[in-house]
Amino acid sequence: MKKTYGMYVDCAACGEKMQETIKTVDGVNDAVVNYMTQKLTVDFADGADEKKVLKEALKICRKKVDDDIEIDF
Amino acid sequence: MTRKQKKMLLRIVAALVLMAAILIADHFLQFGRLWETILYLIPYCIIGYDVLIKAVRGISRGRMLDEKFLMAIASLGAFGIGECIEGLAVMLFYQIGEWFESIAVGRSRKNIAELMDIRPDYANVEADGALKQVDPDTLPAGSIIVVQPGEKVPIDGIVTEGTSSLNTSALTGESLPRDVSVGDEVVSGSINESGLLKLKTTKAFGESTASKILELVENASSRKAPSERFIAKFAKYYTPIVVGIAVALALLPPVLNLILGHAANWSEWVYRALTCLVVSCPCAIVVSVPLGFFGGIGGASNAGILIKGSNFMETLSEVREVVFDKTGTITRGNFEVSAIHHSPVPEEELLELAALAESSSTHPISRSLQRAYGKPLDRSRVTNVEEISGHGVIATVDGKTVAAGNPRLMEKVGADFIECHSHGTIIHVAIDGTYAGHVVITDEIKPGAKEAIKRLYENGVRKTIMLTGDIPKVANAVAAEVGVSEVHAGLLPGDKVSEVEKILAAKDPKSTVAFVGDGINDAPVLARADIGIAMGALGSDAAIEAADVVLMDDDPLKISKAIRIARKCLRIVKTNIWFAIAVKILCLIVSASGILGTAAMWLAIFGDSGVLILCVLNAIRCLFVKNL
Repeated sequence: MKKTYGMYVDCAACGEKMQETIKTVDGVNDAVVNYMTQKLTVDFADGADEKKVLKEALKICRKKVDDDIEIDF
Repeated sequence: MTRKQKKMLLRIVAALVLMAAILIADHFLQFGRLWETILYLIPYCIIGYDVLIKAVRGISRGRMLDEKFLMAIASLGAFGIGECIEGLAVMLFYQIGEWFESIAVGRSRKNIAELMDIRPDYANVEADGALKQVDPDTLPAGSIIVVQPGEKVPIDGIVTEGTSSLNTSALTGESLPRDVSVGDEVVSGSINESGLLKLKTTKAFGESTASKILELVENASSRKAPSERFIAKFAKYYTPIVVGIAVALALLPPVLNLILGHAANWSEWVYRALTCLVVSCPCAIVVSVPLGFFGGIGGASNAGILIKGSNFMETLSEVREVVFDKTGTITRGNFEVSAIHHSPVPEEELLELAALAESSSTHPISRSLQRAYGKPLDRSRVTNVEEISGHGVIATVDGKTVAAGNPRLMEKVGADFIECHSHGTIIHVAIDGTYAGHVVITDEIKPGAKEAIKRLYENGVRKTIMLTGDIPKVANAVAAEVGVSEVHAGLLPGDKVSEVEKILAAKDPKSTVAFVGDGINDAPVLARADIGIAMGALGSDAAIEAADVVLMDDDPLKISKAIRIARKCLRIVKTNIWFAIAVKILCLIVSASGILGTAAMWLAIFGDSGVLILCVLNAIRCLFVKNL
């Protein structure tokens, strides 16, 4: 299931890295980071707990990409 | 400016002033290296403390290729080998570039939001004789809302009370207001200009036109174009490669020198390596590409052209063949009586009889007869209506037997008919078996159609093809008038897909084929073509769903405009990509070879922040599409 969230990332290259990182999180089929509109669209795997997946995604992004990243969920 | 941006501006100004002061003081007082380093570290810390903190945090988390870490190394390294001004400049201009990027991106985001200022904030509902503002999202379809002059229509609906003129320019780019009165459909996002209107909503807020369009435009930049994907891939490899080069430059030559018994010359080579690190950030290219597409999509939507993704922008720019569905794109799709020939009775009377005979049919042809007659029809005069499929209709009107239809019907009733030489649909009429002339009905060609085709050719389109279910004679006449080069007539709706497939199979693989339809019955063709363009789609959800590019009004000139917007946008994006890559490679060569000596650092600073600023400024040009 696809869902869109507001988010914050402060550079375009980080946005790309963030997108690739979120794609590797368990429970995520696909992810698109739109740097211009600061929106994150996640296609969740069936039966995934969205909150849990996003929490994990945010944790990994902050660790691997940038500490300032935010995802509103 | 946000608080964060203001604070950064303050830091930038402070650092610049201090830098200038130290520079001048140094000139007169000759501080010497130690004092120079200490003094320059003051503005350095002011401007770069957050980068330094982030860099340390980055390493602790194992992010060796973090942009901030690399900038910290490059600038501190310069301090380390005594090039204090350069070290400070690297950090200072890096921050200026970032600041500028955030300002520019924020600005264009706001600009586009303003261009697309169709989001309604509230709806007025009448309660106990007074108007109350409510959140439009809470109103179910079928609610009665009030729209006052100057307000935006929040939800699609039908006028139940009042007359007014509506400004739809935010939706269609069309500046002429549209008059509405009771019974007319009104789309959300238009602005009520004169009178008070009461509407019965036909949709919920989320399903309304304004919400749908906003959603489309906002999501459009999430569909990334091939050039965006190319850049993402480029960025992924670029930084590691540059860092690799820098490490090699710092270590290999000095070690080689030592082995060969020369002086190692560490500081020289480390300096060259640091210069490379300054251009290691791919941000200029990475940001300018989506910014360009975002601007282009925003500018286009302001002109009433919705492009549903950056990828379609790229496809649209390569269009070489345009396929039209005739009705609704080249012609208006409303049939008009254009002539009456060979009638022994007064023309008015013939029209009246034909209109009466056809009065029970809802076919567009019979409606055009009724329109041309212009007066209300008394249906009680018509009896014994017999519709003969593929022929026409026979009915008794005022006691006379009236047959109206094609030549086959005339043969059937034994009337001696006269062939017509006009182009259009011909309705022959016979009264009591005697031929009484014919009515010519034509579909009007849109005023801009000829000009639109001409402009397509001017913009590099090589072939225009018209598909239609009409008979070849009519189709060829329309094609000749507007200048379409190829016609496929007599097609059933299902044939259109296979025709487009044939065209797609025969095309040059580097070019693309666009299909233009009115969104009615041609969804499969819109989907099958490389790019589907739907016209006159305001209020038609099916067309908005099926097409890749949506023209909100039905002006055919918008087709070439859409192509030109796409071309301009692509040109800007490609210029940015190659300019940025070329400058960065030049910087790498200059730094590695040491041609410019210590001045190479300044070139590298330009290669980082200067290129970023130029690319962002260039990308913003995509927003301006008014005069295309």
